[in-house]
Amino acid sequence: MPKDGGIGESTKRREDIRFLTGKGRYTDDINLRGQAFACFLRSEVANGRINSIDTSAAMSMPGVLTILTGDDFTGMGGNPAGWLINSRNGEPMKEPKRPVLAHGKVRHVGDAYAMVVAETYGQARDAAAAIEADITELPAVVDMAKALADSTNLVHDEIGTNQCFDWGWIEDNRAAVDEAFKNAPHVTTLELVNNRLIPNAMEPRASLADYDAGTGDYKLYTTSQNPHLHRLLIAAFVMGMPENKLTVIAPDVGGGFGSKIYHYGEEAAVLAAAKAINRPVKWVAERSESFLSDAHGRDHVTKIELATTKDGEFLALRTETLANVGAYLSNFSTATPTFLHGTLMAGPYKTPLVYVNVKTVFTNTAPVDAYRGAGRPEATFSIERVVDKCARELGIDQAEIRRKNLLTPDQFPYTTPVGLVYDTGNYQATMDKMTELADLAGFEKRRAASAKNGKLRGLGLSTWIEACGIAPSNLVGVLGARVGLFDAATVRVNATGNISVMTGAHSHGQGHETVFAQIVAEQLGIPASSVEIVHGDTSKIPFGMGSYGSRSLAVAGSAMTKAVDKIIAKGKKIAAHMLEASEQDIEFKDGSFSVAGTDKAKTFGEIAFSAYVPHNYPLETLEPGLEETAFYDPANFTYPAGAYACEVEVDPDTGKVEITAFTCADDFGNVMNPMIVDGQVHGGVGQGIGQALLESTSYDENGQLLTGSYMDYAMPRADDVPFYTVDHSCITPCTHNPLGVKGCGEAGAIGSPPAVINAVIDALQRGGHTHVKHIDMPASPARVWAAINNA
Amino acid sequence: MYNFDLIKPKTLADAVAAMGDGAQALSGGQTLLPTMKQRLADPGTLVSLTGIPELQGVCQGDGGIIIGGATPHAVVAKEALKYYPALAALAGQIGDPAVRNRGTIGGSIANNDPSACYPAAALGSGAIIQTNAREIAADDYFLGMFETALDDGEIVTAVKFPVPQVAAYIKFVQPASRFALVGVFVAKFADGVRVAITGASNNGVFRWSEAEAALSANFTPDAIAGLTLPADDMIADLHGSADYRAHLCGVMTKRAVIAAG
Ligand SMILES: Cc1cc2nc3c(=O)[nH]c(=O)nc-3n(C[C@H](O)[C@H](O)[C@H](O)COP(=O)(O)OP(=O)(O)OC[C@H]3O[C@@H](n4cnc5c(N)ncnc54)[C@H](O)[C@@H]3O)c2cc1C
Repeated sequence: MPKDGGIGESTKRREDIRFLTGKGRYTDDINLRGQAFACFLRSEVANGRINSIDTSAAMSMPGVLTILTGDDFTGMGGNPAGWLINSRNGEPMKEPKRPVLAHGKVRHVGDAYAMVVAETYGQARDAAAAIEADITELPAVVDMAKALADSTNLVHDEIGTNQCFDWGWIEDNRAAVDEAFKNAPHVTTLELVNNRLIPNAMEPRASLADYDAGTGDYKLYTTSQNPHLHRLLIAAFVMGMPENKLTVIAPDVGGGFGSKIYHYGEEAAVLAAAKAINRPVKWVAERSESFLSDAHGRDHVTKIELATTKDGEFLALRTETLANVGAYLSNFSTATPTFLHGTLMAGPYKTPLVYVNVKTVFTNTAPVDAYRGAGRPEATFSIERVVDKCARELGIDQAEIRRKNLLTPDQFPYTTPVGLVYDTGNYQATMDKMTELADLAGFEKRRAASAKNGKLRGLGLSTWIEACGIAPSNLVGVLGARVGLFDAATVRVNATGNISVMTGAHSHGQGHETVFAQIVAEQLGIPASSVEIVHGDTSKIPFGMGSYGSRSLAVAGSAMTKAVDKIIAKGKKIAAHMLEASEQDIEFKDGSFSVAGTDKAKTFGEIAFSAYVPHNYPLETLEPGLEETAFYDPANFTYPAGAYACEVEVDPDTGKVEITAFTCADDFGNVMNPMIVDGQVHGGVGQGIGQALLESTSYDENGQLLTGSYMDYAMPRADDVPFYTVDHSCITPCTHNPLGVKGCGEAGAIGSPPAVINAVIDALQRGGHTHVKHIDMPASPARVWAAINNA
Repeated sequence: MYNFDLIKPKTLADAVAAMGDGAQALSGGQTLLPTMKQRLADPGTLVSLTGIPELQGVCQGDGGIIIGGATPHAVVAKEALKYYPALAALAGQIGDPAVRNRGTIGGSIANNDPSACYPAAALGSGAIIQTNAREIAADDYFLGMFETALDDGEIVTAVKFPVPQVAAYIKFVQPASRFALVGVFVAKFADGVRVAITGASNNGVFRWSEAEAALSANFTPDAIAGLTLPADDMIADLHGSADYRAHLCGVMTKRAVIAAG
């Protein structure tokens, strides 16, 4: 292992030095000569007909350079949904056009319908306020059930319905599932809401567009988790230009959690404006704009039923879900409630029969799309809540009912009834680990101690699984994906032996610059400090699908490993030439190429130098240079899994829930940097606790966002979360990628919400409030108190 | 934010003079500046109060401690500790360190946010609000949500707090803003108990007279066990119903009595 950190070392994050000393370079830190500033005028009503927009007064305001409205973009394409879903009846989903700027109608509060560009941001904002828009407010479509019932009030008139699709998974299994329910000895039913969340990345969305009138080249600096995807969407779908005319650069990005995967209209608008005024144009969202216009997450209303034997063996599971897509289809919005949700409904269990129905609904609210975990938290919450309820109904211990139904190691590879093949896992191992670390045996003692202080203590469990490492293109193509989900890397060895790795993954907080360097250093037997990770620039990276879906290491890391393998193979060729041996006899180990069975050897540095100073190369058989590119497309998803325990104390007088302990025993496959994995789990669980106890997105019946600032939208803070116990020592390496890794980025957010709610319900039940069977998230003090008192 | 002029007087007299033609006082700016950034306020001219030595500091005076109108919460948290620990503790729980180091007592009680903390301390202590023009008893000062007895242009120069025998402030936070969802200030003086409640009522901070009477007779949590406040005038919002707030008033009052000891 390299002295400065290889695989498995808790190397400190090299990027933190610049982040913590204010030297990060975010989009808003970049200033181009002559740049102007854009301000977007956003709808104040949720649903309205645009009769006219008069920009004449605004145009004559100081500093104004141009004003664009929806009319200026009618020639451009719509921002597409990346995944085609077919309804149960075979009809394709409804795909109303999502224009750059709203045209004809505004469809949610915050929907941008005009853009002012001026010399300063203040001037742009002043002028935006002077635009006279005549908009007739229409009744807002907010509630999903009402949206489906009422076909007279539509978000998109042209599609004749508020339903995007009605999806069944797997439709052919439906009859068998229904039959199993008819004959089941016991059925547990639960109706629940998976609350809508606002991502709240620390850095708001921002874009800086530059146009070169000499070459016709566009450049966009933007807050993106996947610059190539942005390039594809903007160039090929929306603006209609060759991809080689557009460079997208995502410099340091301050968090995304999904919200920066997607292409938003503002990005195309600033590009168009930059060309129109032949000057760079910058836009940085204000925090209130982020609340209103970033893609939100979750927002499901679900009825779930679990059929079991009297002693708790799962026989069948059935769900009906309404999933909100908001006013427009965001890029992954149709995949999230379907193939990232329905395919996970078997969970880690043996349940033989599963059927999932999802209806997606347009409403006059901000678009909803993938948010940390994306579909899998929704699936996990539904399953783990109904399992918990079932255990209570049958009088079975929470751990016991899970142990009874968990898949066992001998069952892998396991084909689920919802279309996935879990390659490997050991759910008993993580369950045992959690049982030990959380000291489940000592719970009763702790409960008694809490009771002495007037507090109700509860214990909640969650055994979860996810499919990540997104995604095998073969499989997702069959399922309707309109893109491939491989990744790519170039490993460039410079003449002096140091290395630049161009990766298609994008780091917006994860720590790729550190971990990827550890891996390459280990593989090439060189110091990690001589490996530089380059990401986030379409002009430097061969290609890449970015970071989300816990895919960076499993997919982009595998591409990188493949490229390193090619470097080693080429190095052997060079070594064979230099050592006058046959290529087959060259061995590579610990940074040295040697002739097997001899002491003849060349260091990695000598090989690199020779590649660029090829004075005596046999040029017909040996090319100079040492640079390799590899593309990697996974053979399957990866399946991290784990067992979580949450302990809470509830104050019955106020309803306040305090989390006293949270324990995670995860199987992430092989772990490259344990410290970074700990951090990812801490962050994910923190977000899950936020969803479970604090974060509520509330629209009133007119479609006004009531939680549009931190005064009303509660984010988790340091003192809302406990000190976590995190373990990832139970390892079943992924069987189909070279590093044996699974992914850890979303795990915490997926596994934790049901553990928290299960714990709250447990506390209330044990405290004698047995009428409380369920509390919707967030379990705020007011809600918990109301649940206790609405006997 | 709209353009504005900023005047930075060095004396109270200059500040009062500058307030003349429709200017607005700027103290810590923790309430006013966010409002301006959202373009919900367009004050034209701001008169900064933070550079005026007369408005700064905590000291002991006749019949109580006197806190200069532009004294930041963090200073009160530290310097009032030896005179009036419950008040210092209240100041130390306002917002976060940045807010406490800029936000001031004068700004807080001039603003009279229905969920702010200081109004509960002022009313609960029977404080005297001193302005450039007069002295106003707390009982006459707080007139309802965001409403006070201050005239246009009048500046809070100091707040004088009589120091009770024992006192405590218990704040049950609204989960997002961490202002008081319900905050109760209980103060026991030789001649009786005062109970002031913030966060709960549509009419802003108020005194709970039944609880005061009961606690004046018997300063224990049991004394108010049977008392309830009507929910009619309580705030109902995303964070709690009127019933919930009415209930919390009782719970927090009991806890304040226990904490006061
Ligand atoms: C994140 C955050 C959290 C907060 N949490 C809490 C909390 O938990 N509890 C709480 O009580 N408060 C809280 N606050 C409010 C904070 O205490 C403010 O400091 C206070 O409300 C206003 O004081 P200021 O000095 O900042 O006033 P400014 O914002 O400067 O002024 C507020 C208003 O008062 C007027 N004014 C200011 N000073 C005077 C004066 N001397 N005489 C007359 N009028 C004056 C101004 O003209 C303005 O109208 C929070 C604020 C923030 C930003």
